[in-house]
Amino acid sequence: MTDESQQLESITQKEYKAGFVTDIEADSLPPGLSEDVVREISRIKGEPEFMLEWRLKAYRHWLTMETPEWAHVHYPAINYQDISYYSAPKKKDDAPKSLDEVDPELLKTYEKLGVPLDERARLAGVAVDAVFDSVSVASTFQDKLAEEGIIFMPISQAVHEHPELVEQYIGSVVPYKDNYYAALNSAVFSDGSFVYIPKGVRCPMELSTYFRINAANTGQFERTLIIADDDAYVSYLEGCTAPMRDENQLHAAVVELVANDRAEIKYSTVQNWYPGDENGKGGIYNFVTKRAACRGESSKVSWTQVETGSAITWKYPSVVLQGDNSVGEFYSVAVTNNMQQADTGTKMIHLGKNTSSTIISKGISAGRSQNAYRGLVRVTPKAENARNYTECDSLLMGDKCGAHTFPYIEVKNPTAQVEHEASTSKISEDQLFYCKQRGLDTEDAVSMIVNGFCKEVIRELPMEFAVEAQNLLGLSLEGSVG
Amino acid sequence: MLEIKNLHASVGGKEILRGINMTVNPGEVHAIMGPNGAGKSTLSNVLAGRDGYEVTQGEIIYKGENLMELEPEERAQRGVFLAFQYPVEIPGVSNIYLLKAALNAVRKYNGQDEVDAIDFLNLVRERMKLVKMDEQFLHRNVNEGFSGGEKKRNEILQMAVLEPALAILDETDSGLDIDALRTVAEGVNALRAEDRSIVMITHYQRLLDHIVPDFVHVLSEGKIVKSGDKELAKELEKSGYSWVHDAPEGQTA
Repeated sequence: MTDESQQLESITQKEYKAGFVTDIEADSLPPGLSEDVVREISRIKGEPEFMLEWRLKAYRHWLTMETPEWAHVHYPAINYQDISYYSAPKKKDDAPKSLDEVDPELLKTYEKLGVPLDERARLAGVAVDAVFDSVSVASTFQDKLAEEGIIFMPISQAVHEHPELVEQYIGSVVPYKDNYYAALNSAVFSDGSFVYIPKGVRCPMELSTYFRINAANTGQFERTLIIADDDAYVSYLEGCTAPMRDENQLHAAVVELVANDRAEIKYSTVQNWYPGDENGKGGIYNFVTKRAACRGESSKVSWTQVETGSAITWKYPSVVLQGDNSVGEFYSVAVTNNMQQADTGTKMIHLGKNTSSTIISKGISAGRSQNAYRGLVRVTPKAENARNYTECDSLLMGDKCGAHTFPYIEVKNPTAQVEHEASTSKISEDQLFYCKQRGLDTEDAVSMIVNGFCKEVIRELPMEFAVEAQNLLGLSLEGSVG
Repeated sequence: MLEIKNLHASVGGKEILRGINMTVNPGEVHAIMGPNGAGKSTLSNVLAGRDGYEVTQGEIIYKGENLMELEPEERAQRGVFLAFQYPVEIPGVSNIYLLKAALNAVRKYNGQDEVDAIDFLNLVRERMKLVKMDEQFLHRNVNEGFSGGEKKRNEILQMAVLEPALAILDETDSGLDIDALRTVAEGVNALRAEDRSIVMITHYQRLLDHIVPDFVHVLSEGKIVKSGDKELAKELEKSGYSWVHDAPEGQTA
């Protein structure tokens, strides 16, 4: 091995900073999954009948399904009876009414993670929903948003306060039959965020959810539902971390987005679940179904994701372009290191006329990791004048990792224009030497080169998130110009 | 400034430099000329500390320090600058970002604060005039899609911003038309200073018409076979490298 690749190796092995455990009393269900567990979760949440019925249908369907095995990832079979499906910080009485009633240990946890929930301390312009293990522990700015008619609350609360909206939309984008993990999630989901932006309203601040898995042997199954009604706009951010534990933990979330006429949803994720140690011990299995429906004409949904964590990532944020002139975008940076595995990408389903989609995927592999892009572009027979542009770039660091690209293109309408570009490169010794000869140390040089590689994606992120993402990528962009 | 003593270096086990001796004082401009394969680029890479160039004998003393013990970035921070023969493209990284990162790395070594954004922009704008570069270059990705001339001018711009004590120009004239050559040479001439030494490595005499050196050395088969003043270069132009090659070793013009 050359010096350069040794240096690359050492700097790509950084510590996981969010790996602490919060010592907090929790109410958990014992491990195991059965119809009774599903009923118990629904009972704890005091859910209306329709919700329980839906969960049970999902559970019964899940029993008939098999684990998907087509992804380019390898792991021992998961025993679903070893997982606890519900864990919540113990509360004195009822749910906290305000931040003052939230356990100070919890507030400290989020501060440590750089997510202060104190509304005054929070940078103006971001409302936060914090989900700790299975429940939402704090939602900020709810009242202020309510003035605009915007609903931003834990989905468990929305089930009570806006059952008609939940019943109308839940499962309408990702049906419980969709796939194995979506069915499991539908049966046992415990919390997540719910957002409704009424007609003509531009959400005045970024909405964000911060997910934290704390308890051991617990799965996190959150469900997020965002609806932007006609002419509405919302930008939503999602961040995730978990403590370092030797066991693998399952995270099987479902995110559904609905954009009506001329509505726009921008959904950004910085995913930093614990990736396991350098030998592949521990880490989160991140098996997530994210899908958006551009229902209305000229609607637009944009997914931006920076995926750095998780032992295994299996996730394809997709857009179903139903409305004429609707637009779908997917910008992704997926970083894998050590023994991490990622199989991620998107699906763009063109149904309406004059629909267009853009896919920019940047995969960075280091250590002994495996990083796959898997993407589907489908143009259906009625989708006149559909456009797609796909760019998939892979960057390899070192010589023990792998990058794979699996593009699927199905075009059933002759007016379609579909472009696909792919590249694979290495950080060259020439580039490193050039930067070092200008005085940059190896770490800064790699940061700079990686940052350059991801630039098209990072610039899609809201400002504050971009900073977090750059730090995560090991980039120091202090004092960046131009 | 720079003292090279009996320098032997090999690449991939093959000895390329076979005992180079050379002294460069502050303010001097030295030209190193020689035919292809003489070891010119090896010398510049060894001075800059590139991986894969192994020094087997001898020493390089820069400002009283043993240069060979320093990493490439440490040499750069101490004022050793190499203008590359083939400048490297860095996709997605703007020119101005690299310039600023490089300047701050040098400033950090010198115990200075990071450069102020406005001061930096003013400095860069002023230095760009030296090489007649347009401001839009700052926002283009480093060397990406640059013409040969633009790349070389960009190297000189970096030199102008970093203000090194020792600049090594590796075949800075190669691939340049006469106008671009003149621009680059004017830039370098403007950067000549009492406290700055320049080592120019070139195959051709024509660069030396524009940047007139104080000393000329002829490198052949890994050794300096002849040293002299600028007249030596003209002699070479007239008679070709075979002339020095045939001359007895150690004889000076």
